[in-house]
Amino acid sequence: MAGLAGACLLLLVLPTFVVIVVSFTSGFSLKFPPPGYSLKWYAALLDAWQLQFAAGNSLKVAAGTTVSAVVLGVAAALAIARSERWTARVLDSLFMSPLVLPALAFGLAALMFFTLIGLPVSPLTLVIGHTVVCVPYVVRTTVAALAQLDPALLESSASLGASRLRTFRRVTLPLIRPGILAGAFIAFMSSFDNVPVSLFLRDARTDMLPIRMWQDLEGKLDVTIAAVSGAMIVVTLALMVLMERAVGLSRRLR
Amino acid sequence: MTARASPARYDAKLALPLAAFFAVFFLAPLAILVFVSLHTDPSMTALGLTQYAKFLLDPFSLSVLAGTLWVGVEVTALCLLLGFPLAWAYVRAPRWAQVAMIWVILLPLLTSVVVRTFAWIVILGRQGIVNATLLELGVVDGPLRLLYTEGGMVVALAQVQMPLMVLPLITALSRLDPNLLDASAALGAGYWRTFFKVVLPLTIPGIVAGCLLTYAAAITAFITQTLIGGGQLLYMPMYLYQQASTLNNWPFAAAISIIFLVAVLLAVSLFNSLGRLSKGHAQA
Repeated sequence: MAGLAGACLLLLVLPTFVVIVVSFTSGFSLKFPPPGYSLKWYAALLDAWQLQFAAGNSLKVAAGTTVSAVVLGVAAALAIARSERWTARVLDSLFMSPLVLPALAFGLAALMFFTLIGLPVSPLTLVIGHTVVCVPYVVRTTVAALAQLDPALLESSASLGASRLRTFRRVTLPLIRPGILAGAFIAFMSSFDNVPVSLFLRDARTDMLPIRMWQDLEGKLDVTIAAVSGAMIVVTLALMVLMERAVGLSRRLR
Repeated sequence: MTARASPARYDAKLALPLAAFFAVFFLAPLAILVFVSLHTDPSMTALGLTQYAKFLLDPFSLSVLAGTLWVGVEVTALCLLLGFPLAWAYVRAPRWAQVAMIWVILLPLLTSVVVRTFAWIVILGRQGIVNATLLELGVVDGPLRLLYTEGGMVVALAQVQMPLMVLPLITALSRLDPNLLDASAALGAGYWRTFFKVVLPLTIPGIVAGCLLTYAAAITAFITQTLIGGGQLLYMPMYLYQQASTLNNWPFAAAISIIFLVAVLLAVSLFNSLGRLSKGHAQA
């Protein structure tokens, strides 16, 4: 068992390590180990305007998606958490269903829908599509945080004369904030990384980073992608450390 | 007026905005998808079931569907084989090692799928780490073709989806009462007997959850399938995308989507009923 566990750990770490090493290559191919080391592919990123443009679009869409997913998701989580009613169970399954359904089928469906109602693809349609597939994360972490909330705290706040709104702002919200933030973080990352929905809802003006990288890799094996990947791993790791400090991310992903 | 509502309960109306959002932007598009799939030709002039017949009577389409579902089984099996020992080691490890392990498991989960897949292009390529090692050791004379093969793709997919398997397994195994293992050992059961009679039945819910997530993710993994599998290997996601975008055949693409969707839902309910069945068995 220990041998298999070790093999599994190695399998999980190795790819990240390989990408980081290869991104510093001085050569012109993805040879591993690299013939020498340099920062030239990171320098090349400064001129890679197509990748920069796509990264900018992805950031904007991910930000918009996170905001709408948090607003809609937290409100819905408040309504369905701790509720035994059948409507709450049905809504819970509905809000979680985008996690199970093949997102590519939804992407195609969304494109057909927007074409039918005459809304051309734009950052707005991307935010709408991404919100559908990212909101389940916010609902899930917020419902989990609400389930751990001790009702006695809210009862005592109410019996001390606090209004419902005041109880929500002063007691509930501070206690569930880590859950909301963890959900918002996962929603942001999954929107930034989304492929199946973006594939159908993007056009040349709204190029998205994962799609741009996919198309670059389909065409030629470009070492610039190694530098983009290296940069993305470092940013992801930094955000993870930040979120772990702020909300205990690793406990909330289980 | 009834009794004062508990402050722990919020108004059910708060779910309305998201419910309305889902009705318009999730359920309505899916309904349109079904409607489009019921047209006989790409210009959508007449209604009929021809698209479904075209798929279900075409050996090529059926082989794409079967191939996709089978790749999911292979990836899930590999993830379970490697992931279970890792989860087992995790719950037994000292605190500091657990912290290190959870980071190793979570980093791939949050790293972009394109980045993770790109890593496998580097590893499996002609000049990659595997071929370099094999050539160095003199095992092979020339570089092996590992990219664009199903074996290479299954390994890459397993790595990409591994966290989805390991996390539910860790949750299930941490709930296991260690006293049960001691009791089993005290009653004379050997290591493997305890494993199969005590550990496995009690962790079935975690195994089912992990398999379900891994399977659903593996068969819909567009990026990894197209980049590591290459143009020679065609799976349902790319088949759907080709028909919709390159060939502009919306009714057929819609029918592929619906068939794929139903296949995924059938697989999910199969896993769920397997879980229920074994739960009954464990309690009996």
